Amino acid sequence: MSAQPVRPPHHNWYVLGNYALLIILAFVFVFPIVFMVVSSLKPDLQLLRDTSSLNAFLPIGDISLNNYTAAFERAPIGTFIFNSVVVTTVTVVVGLVINSMAAYSFAVLRWRGKNTILSIVIATFIIPFEAIAIPLLLIVNSLPWIGADGIQIGWLNSLHVQIIPFLVSAFQIFLFYQFFRDLPTELVEAARIDGASLFQIYYRVIVPISGPVFATAAILRFLDMWNQYLWPLMVVQSERYRPVMVGLQYFFQLDIAWGEVMAYLSLVTIPVLILYLSLQRAFISSIATTGIKG
Amino acid sequence: MSSLNTADRLTTGVKQHENIVGWLMAAPALVLLTVFLIIPFLMAFIFSFTNQRLISPNPTQFVGTRNFTDLLTLRVFSIDPILDENGELVLDDAGNPTYPRLREFTRNNPDYPELDGLQELTSWSSGNQRVFLLSSDVVFIRALINTIIFVLVIVPCQGGLALVLALLINQKLRGINLFRTIFFMPVVVSMVVVALLWRFIYDGDNGLLNTLLGFFTFGALQPVDWLGDPYTAFPALMVMSIWQAVGFHMVIWLAGLQNIPESLYEAAGLDGANTWQKFRFVTWPGLRSTMIFVLVIITMQAFGLFTQVDVMTRGGPLDATQSIMYQAVQRGYQAQDISGGSAISVIFFFLVLFVSMIQRYLTREKSA
Repeated sequence: MSAQPVRPPHHNWYVLGNYALLIILAFVFVFPIVFMVVSSLKPDLQLLRDTSSLNAFLPIGDISLNNYTAAFERAPIGTFIFNSVVVTTVTVVVGLVINSMAAYSFAVLRWRGKNTILSIVIATFIIPFEAIAIPLLLIVNSLPWIGADGIQIGWLNSLHVQIIPFLVSAFQIFLFYQFFRDLPTELVEAARIDGASLFQIYYRVIVPISGPVFATAAILRFLDMWNQYLWPLMVVQSERYRPVMVGLQYFFQLDIAWGEVMAYLSLVTIPVLILYLSLQRAFISSIATTGIKG
Repeated sequence: MSSLNTADRLTTGVKQHENIVGWLMAAPALVLLTVFLIIPFLMAFIFSFTNQRLISPNPTQFVGTRNFTDLLTLRVFSIDPILDENGELVLDDAGNPTYPRLREFTRNNPDYPELDGLQELTSWSSGNQRVFLLSSDVVFIRALINTIIFVLVIVPCQGGLALVLALLINQKLRGINLFRTIFFMPVVVSMVVVALLWRFIYDGDNGLLNTLLGFFTFGALQPVDWLGDPYTAFPALMVMSIWQAVGFHMVIWLAGLQNIPESLYEAAGLDGANTWQKFRFVTWPGLRSTMIFVLVIITMQAFGLFTQVDVMTRGGPLDATQSIMYQAVQRGYQAQDISGGSAISVIFFFLVLFVSMIQRYLTREKSA
């Protein structure tokens, strides 16, 4: 942080005003989350009554974990969380390898047709998932899969249908590409002269010094995958393979129990928040170092 | 080629080898990208020229550009006022001219085949005539306009607010990292969760926003049904979207700010620059590449507006919060009209392509 500009010493009221502004802003950014957690501890009637006063943000009144118990009874939450953890982990880890390898190939190696292909890859970045969701559904529905029961056609109702289409990300390839391209070429040249194979240069030279970009890619992909919503809604009807965001449907039946909804929202959000808070320094600084290469 | 000496042959061999390794290392990504992104996109392109439905008794046929004309046809049409036998205007009770009903022209009128099925988008008076802007698909046009408005509002507001937050956070104050952590927090919360929470905030009866506004204005403000009112629903959606994503862009601006060498500020200080001049002539030019990055990312995200609409408003009230992607999914998936949804996707693609080319042109490196 030594690069921060040196400012003249501030007047006290200036500092005070700054803190006032920062605290108001902090409140704005945090109040819905506080409301969620606090409400998850309240019975429905009190929860709805409290939203009409500032009690909405205070854990007062009839506080208990009953909503959590009820939520676990209503839906197989353990299964949903397990599915999301598997889908997210596999996609992040395998995706990092595939995308960084491709980006290395684009940024460092010389091969025929690479510039054309790179520009196609980058162009696909502007296609949002929603735009191709339906043709993609038709494709995965006709692809074969070798499972425990031999070969079958169609990927619907599985974990792999939630993983494989998301392994590659044009945005991720682009992030890696920019980072690798700006690394000093001497590193690669020195390794070449030492007789390292092209693949060795990737995992012995490039990967070890690219921590921030791997962290950024992993974080962004993790958030995307944990929050998957439209796609699993389309391809997973069986309870066994549902991820967390689709599991929410169980709580929006005819008679909505808001306390349970809040408990469920807290359950799927708090682990991510804890992960973020414990890694926040690395989280923010890695995104920052990757982002400025624009 | 027999004249190649050993060194040349070696180089050719090395080149050949690098060519193969290059392809192999890119191959897994390229194969997956082709199967799961490029082919579906090409399929959408082809579907958009057919009458494909998910389940249909009729065989799929090519219908040319019909899906596109069904979405995008616009016509201006003027209706003359009603005259009596003497050629005088027939006035209504308020003294205004009266007109034949629009639907007499747009419903099976053999004299106006080109107007058949069109609906009113908007209308205005011009002299004694009533001028109508007619559209073949009012909901889609609304979604198109909304999405463009969304992008035009979100890009400067979110980008600007993120910069302000970054400037605040970049100060040397005790505990500033805590605030940075808090401002970034909504970014890690799922949009589905955020949208559900904000339904409570925007609720018309005893929503949190009404409660807070009532508290700070001592009850002077009447409760508003933020998501139920066509005038406030879309702005409410925008505010929530900015709230969720602004921390991410703050961090990117912050990185840009910390990359500007301190010596430039010192030099500007020696030249007697004030705070605004330092920002204008040191900070802002130093943030150029950051600005382009932030601009491109926010634009892409804003165009893809979907989840908020799906969870909070389903396009309502009165289509006030329709978006292109929401319509594409509505028609292609919910209504199983694959060709109609695909046509929307294709229009979307060209719109975004067009906008990103304009952005690239505007932000190109200008040679001095």
